[in-house]
Amino acid sequence: MGATDRNPSNSSYYVTNDFYAKLVADFEGWDLESRRIDEGPSLVRARSILFREARYLDQDRLRDWLTLFSPECAYWIPGTRNRGDPRREIAFAFHDRRQLEDRVYRLETGFAWSQTPVSRTSRMITNIEVFDTDEPGVTMVRSNFQVTEYWNGQIRFWTGYAVHRLAPESGDDLGVGAILAKQVNLIDCDENHRNPSITL
Amino acid sequence: MTGDGTAFDFDALIHEDKVHRSLYTNPAIFDRELTRIFGGTWVYLAHESQIPEPDSFFRTRLGLRPIIMVRDGDGVIRALYNRCTHRGATVCRAAQGTAKSFACPYHGWTFATSGKLLGVPWREGYAHDHRQEDQFNLAQVPRVESYRGFIFGTLNMDAPALADHLGPVRGPIDDWLDRNPGGKLVLSEANRMRFKGNWKLAYDNSADGYHVIFSHRSLLMMENRFAGDDPKGMSFYRQRPDSGRVRVYYFGNGHHFKDKRPTLADGPGAIWRIEGLHPGMEGYESEIRERYGARADAMLDLAGSIPMNINIFPNLLILGNHIQVLEPLSYNETATTWYGTAIVDDEDELDGAADLINALRMRTQEQFPIFGEVDDLTNFEEIQAGLGAEEDPWVYMDRGLGLPDRFTEKDGVVSGPATDEVFMREYMKHYKTLMAADPELSISRGGHD
Repeated sequence: MGATDRNPSNSSYYVTNDFYAKLVADFEGWDLESRRIDEGPSLVRARSILFREARYLDQDRLRDWLTLFSPECAYWIPGTRNRGDPRREIAFAFHDRRQLEDRVYRLETGFAWSQTPVSRTSRMITNIEVFDTDEPGVTMVRSNFQVTEYWNGQIRFWTGYAVHRLAPESGDDLGVGAILAKQVNLIDCDENHRNPSITL
Repeated sequence: MTGDGTAFDFDALIHEDKVHRSLYTNPAIFDRELTRIFGGTWVYLAHESQIPEPDSFFRTRLGLRPIIMVRDGDGVIRALYNRCTHRGATVCRAAQGTAKSFACPYHGWTFATSGKLLGVPWREGYAHDHRQEDQFNLAQVPRVESYRGFIFGTLNMDAPALADHLGPVRGPIDDWLDRNPGGKLVLSEANRMRFKGNWKLAYDNSADGYHVIFSHRSLLMMENRFAGDDPKGMSFYRQRPDSGRVRVYYFGNGHHFKDKRPTLADGPGAIWRIEGLHPGMEGYESEIRERYGARADAMLDLAGSIPMNINIFPNLLILGNHIQVLEPLSYNETATTWYGTAIVDDEDELDGAADLINALRMRTQEQFPIFGEVDDLTNFEEIQAGLGAEEDPWVYMDRGLGLPDRFTEKDGVVSGPATDEVFMREYMKHYKTLMAADPELSISRGGHD
C-alpha cells in the first residue's frame, strides 16, 4: 500500500477497532479535578482555538474550519445521553476526516436543499475548562455552547457542551491540525430534531 | 355523513390521478386518521428487541395515544395505555427501561406490568374496591401481534389476522431478515428527526424512485466524488429510470415495496461494492479480508445497505438496514425515527466477525439520514408550505398512468418501473376505503382474572 493510498482525506484506514477503543477511553473520566489546568497558556490557547472554530462556522468558512482538525481526527455527536460505543450504536453523527470533508463538499454543491438558503448562526462558547491527559501536551477542553440558528423564518437553538481533544501546541497560532477529536453533547441528543443539517 | 357528524366526500378528494390538498392540510381529516387509520388498522408499535426480557418497557404512541409497550412478568407482550385509570395522568415517564410495576406520580395508584391495578392508596376512603372492577385496570390495545420481531397493534376487532393483513409483503420482509445470521436483527439506537409536514408526505415518498436524483443530488455527488467509473450508492437511478431494473410493487392494504436488488451484480460482495464511503471502511475491510478470506465478501455485504424499501402502511418503512418509524404529531408535524439495526450472531455462524461487521454497519447507516433525509424533509416542509395555496388544490400522482404495457398485475400484486407513482395511487385507494369506513374501535382491560 503506497503512502498516497493512506491519505485520510480520501481513504479511511485509521478508524480501526483500536482507534474506537482509544476514542471511547479518551472520552471517559477525563474531567477529574486533579487534571484541571484551566489557567495560563493552556487556557488562552484552548479559548483561541474554540473561538476561532465558532467564528469560522458562523462565517460559513467551512474550508477554514476543516484546517483545525488533525488528519486522523474524529468528530462525534452521540445520539444518547450516556454517549454509548460508536461501534455498537448509531450516532447523531460520527465522521472521520474524509466524512468531515464529505460534509463540507455536500454543502458546497449548491444542491443541499436542507441548507438552501444557508442557515445563519451565532455561537456562544462559554465555561471553558482545560484538563491534561496522560499523553504529554494533549489536553481535553470542555466548553458549553449555545448555537442560535436562523433558518426558514425561524430562530432556534442547539445547546450542550463540547469536548475537544487538542494536540500539543505546535507553535502554529492558527490552530491548524489542533483538534484530534471533537465530541458534541447536545442536551436533547435523543430527541427528534427538525432539519439537523448545520455543522455543530 | 360520517359517524362523528363530519361530512367528507372522499370520492371528491381522492381521484385516480390526484388528491386534494386537504388530505395534508385539514386538521379534521387528521383527527379522523387518528381513529380510522391509527387504531382502525394494524399499526407498527415497536420492535421486540426494544423490550427484550420480562418487565422491560418502551414508551411510544398509537396515533396520539400514549402507549407503554411491555413484556409483562409472564413474558406476554402488551401495549398498555399510559393513562392512569383514576385521573388520566401518565403512569410511565421514562422512555424505556425495566419495571416491576408502574406507580402513578399523581396519587400513587399502582399497576402491574400486565396492566392490572395493584393498589389504591388509602382505600378505606372509597366505598368500593377498585381492584375488583375491571375498568380500573390500565386500558390496553386489544389486539397485539408480532411478525418476525415487528410488533403491531389495532383497536379494530374486525381487522384480519396480522399475517393476512401483511399478505405478500411478508416475502420481502423475510428476505430482508433472512440474509442476517439467525434471520434476526436488533435495534441499535437511531437518527431522530421531525418535520413540519403531514405524515403522508413521508409515506408518499417512501417508494418514490422519481425524486432520488433531484432531491438527493448533493448526496449523490458527494458519495461519488471519488467513484470514477465505479458508481456508488443510489447511482443506479441515473440510468434510464423508466426502463431500468428497479421495480416498484403494490401489495394491497397500503403496503408497497421498491426492489433495487435487480441492479446488483451477481454473487457475494455485490452490496458492498456499491456502498458509499464511510468511516473505517478500508481498514475494516482489509482486516475482514485478511482474517476471513473467501468468506469476506458475504460478510461485508452484511455491513452494506441492502437495496430494498419495504413500506408497511401506515408507519413502518424498512429501507437499507434501517427501520424508519413515522409518528404523526399534528396535521402538519411528523416525527421520523431512523432506527439502526445490528446483526446478532448467537450461533457464531460468522466465526467472531459480527463485531467487526456491526462497527462498519453503524457507519453505513448514518450517512443517509444525515446527508440525504434532511433534504427530503426540507422538500416535505416546502410541499406543506406550497399547499397553503387554496385555489390550486391538487397534488398529482399520475406518473405512468394510462401508458400501455407499463404495469403488470399478478395475484393482486401490481408492479411497474421504480419512477412510477402507481404505489401512491394504489395506497390512496386503500386510504380512501379506511377513511370512509366506521370501524368499531375497542380497548381491552387485559383479561385479568
